[in-house]
Amino acid sequence: MRVALFITCVNDTLFPGTGKAVVSLLRRLGCEVDFPAAQTCCGQMHVNTGYRDEGVRLARHFTEVFAGYDAVVAPSGSCAAMVREQYPKLVRPGSRGATAVAEVAPKVHELSEFLIDVLKVDDVGAYFPHRVTYHPTCHSLRGLHLGDRPTRLLQNVRGLELVELPAAQECCGFGGTFAVKNPAVSAAMGADKVRNVLGTGAEVLCAADNSCLMHIGGTLNRQRTGVRIMHLAEILAATEEAQ
Amino acid sequence: MSSTFLGMPGSFPKNAAKAVQNSQLRYNLRKATHTIRGKRANVVGELPDWQELRAAGKAIKDETLRHLDRYLVQMEEAVTRAGGHVHWARDADEANRIVGELIKATGETEVVKVKSMATQEIGLNEALAAQGVTAYETDLAELIVQLGDDFPSHILVPAIHRNRAEIREIFLDKMEKVPEGLTDEPRALAEAARLHLRERFLKSKVAISGANFMVAETGTLVVLESEGNGRMCLTLPETLISVVGIEKLLPAWRDLEVFLQLLPRSSTGERMNPYTSMWTGSVEGQDFHLVLLDNGRTDVLADEVGRQALRCIRCSACLNVCPVYERAGGHAYGSVYPGPIGAILTPQLRGMSSELDASLPYASSLCGACFEACPVAIDIPEVLVDLRAKVRHKPAERAGMRVAGWILNDQVRLAKAQRLATRFRKLVPKRLPGPLSAWTDTRDLPDIPEESFRDWWERNERA
Amino acid sequence: MSAREEILAKVRRAVAGAPETSVPRGYRMSNQVSDLVGLFAERVDDYRAVVHVVPAAEVPGRLAELVGERRMIVPEGLPADWPRGIGGTSVAELDAADGVLTGCAVAIAETGTIVLDTGPGQGRRAQTLVPDYHLCVVRADQIVSGVPEAVARLDPARPLTWISGPSATSDIELNRVEGVHGPRTLEVVIST
Ligand code: SF4
Repeated sequence: MRVALFITCVNDTLFPGTGKAVVSLLRRLGCEVDFPAAQTCCGQMHVNTGYRDEGVRLARHFTEVFAGYDAVVAPSGSCAAMVREQYPKLVRPGSRGATAVAEVAPKVHELSEFLIDVLKVDDVGAYFPHRVTYHPTCHSLRGLHLGDRPTRLLQNVRGLELVELPAAQECCGFGGTFAVKNPAVSAAMGADKVRNVLGTGAEVLCAADNSCLMHIGGTLNRQRTGVRIMHLAEILAATEEAQ
Repeated sequence: MSSTFLGMPGSFPKNAAKAVQNSQLRYNLRKATHTIRGKRANVVGELPDWQELRAAGKAIKDETLRHLDRYLVQMEEAVTRAGGHVHWARDADEANRIVGELIKATGETEVVKVKSMATQEIGLNEALAAQGVTAYETDLAELIVQLGDDFPSHILVPAIHRNRAEIREIFLDKMEKVPEGLTDEPRALAEAARLHLRERFLKSKVAISGANFMVAETGTLVVLESEGNGRMCLTLPETLISVVGIEKLLPAWRDLEVFLQLLPRSSTGERMNPYTSMWTGSVEGQDFHLVLLDNGRTDVLADEVGRQALRCIRCSACLNVCPVYERAGGHAYGSVYPGPIGAILTPQLRGMSSELDASLPYASSLCGACFEACPVAIDIPEVLVDLRAKVRHKPAERAGMRVAGWILNDQVRLAKAQRLATRFRKLVPKRLPGPLSAWTDTRDLPDIPEESFRDWWERNERA
Repeated sequence: MSAREEILAKVRRAVAGAPETSVPRGYRMSNQVSDLVGLFAERVDDYRAVVHVVPAAEVPGRLAELVGERRMIVPEGLPADWPRGIGGTSVAELDAADGVLTGCAVAIAETGTIVLDTGPGQGRRAQTLVPDYHLCVVRADQIVSGVPEAVARLDPARPLTWISGPSATSDIELNRVEGVHGPRTLEVVIST
């Protein structure tokens, strides 16, 4: 299957390791991975901050870049939700680019969806001998309704001990520009999330969105907790040979 | 909206920053919202057809709004036929004037009130005070707010920010007759409220209420409550004046079969609230007046995306599940409508010209918990984002977002910017200046990698 | 233009061209409950009301026991062999009484709710409100399974009072405590 990787602008710039992990994981599972170089950003930050025109431009750009692929995989619940759930409302039916949106948007999958729903695997043959807790980010939980897909994948990772995160479904407080527009509330939410993470005794906090992890991880680091953040893709890409 | 809130200074982020520092407030809110979340989840989980009820509730409200003109006229006819009087009020002033005149006609100077969001929204108590009429709130939480000279901070439980010990203090301080040895047991506090209001209920001649629903087909008004203060006000006085927002209509009697399941379970987390009163026109010899209130609702109705806010049945489930509300508290929203619904309703009703109102659409991380909990499926995040596109943005932000949009719209520009960041990665300070310090005050920045993903791909894969 | 005309005109302008909707009613109209009396009794009890399930023939005797020495308001229209009460409709008379004895119009098992419609044996609304003790008799055949059936049985032209347990408040820390302005004690006799 020919798959296009939509890396997302945040991962591209700040978390290239996640992209490399997706590439090696998908290849291990027999996919041919392509990275359309013209890709940039889904436009979520602009739309959600109130800059719809810029967002629409980026949405049109996205659909042009990814037209023609069987599937587009994004290692971000939030960006996948943006394309699949928001684009059809953003680029109104009948307006320029609407047909392209209608064609491309349904083919965009968050990584765990792609693995379980399209490739039909829930054991990717990974090995990661660590205590891990998983935070279901809001857009993967309530936007994409990923349900237990990510944790099913994690449970099948050899050596991995998955510990439940209390109040897992509560927002971490990132919220894109919310983190800088409402820093006090954002930090208070982040502090509660961090307290819950520390309570699990996990060595690693995992999620399907690096932007939320950047916020929680930034707090974990500032507090010198020693807990690492890792994207789901990086854990799933880890194998015994690579350890 | 309530004059007590009008012209409130500040902005949501500033108000919230103050509230977050108040550990007592945070403790009270956390405890209360977590209690109610658990109860709601239980009673909602009990109904196998919750999603079907929710879909029906949403559609019934949409139908109401689609033909609101027809249902309003139908309601007016039905109430009039049943011996009631119907008045129409374009805005707060007009509604307050109508109510004031109706009271004056009775010769009374004191009235009792059942908790009502609409009358809070129009600042009725303050307007009546200016006309020499004292309005006594009778709902326990409203009483706590009124006695404490405080602002409401929740739709359903206006004194949610107060715990039992604080309530006891307010009672000891402000009630004329407090039972001897009053403890902070909720039961004892409720008893004190009973004694405080009993006389007043029994002698009041005029009452003012709102309504949860109005049924156009039959002209019936419906009030849900817990304490019995509602029944006291609706039943005993000779004159009853109900001020109701025009969106509170339901087309048909049978529609109540949906909402009487949705509302109690969503709001207090009960299978049914203790008391629900329904009446049609003038009953048992009572003089009944219905004031139909617009006050900005028709403007909201004109907005294709925003109009779904008018489906709201004021259950407050969205407040109770909101992580932002839980930490910021209700006062930070500077409106009688706090929480997620307030963040979309207040800017639509009042406009977004003040700093506070312009900041409300941003008072959310867009986590979507409100949408999931809402019994009439109001897509609050969708409306928030839509309102954000209508706010006048600060020039510096606008310029920054334009540049970001320009860079992000082209892979060459993006790659250049990434390489620039990479080149100077060691120079990024731990604490950023300006507005970005909001990030680094509590969080470390991630390390900027040596090369972006696209450069890595280019180097390793293109060849 | 009058306020009425102006509001109606604004509504019409606002919704012009908006899409039509239809209401999906996929929810339950009634539910399969094998033991309506049992479920109703359990749900009323959950509200901390006192519940008795009594065979019809024994109801008068049981009522007499429950009423005891209390000076009760007993509205017109109840069976002649039920306890006699005092009359009284003025607020002062009601306030002086010890309690009120009534029947009901409909009862809902799923929610533990009793509905009064001021019909025979139910009195005016104030009569079931001001006295501090409400003793209510529900016949088994008056119990329906859920809310939709109850709504269908009721007459909107009558003033209706839905009662689910004694008066209560959730205003202090969102915990329900019983006993505020309405009757603080609700006692329900289910006649089978
Ligand atoms: S928006 Fe929905 S959840 Fe919030 S108060 Fe209104 S009806 Fe309830």
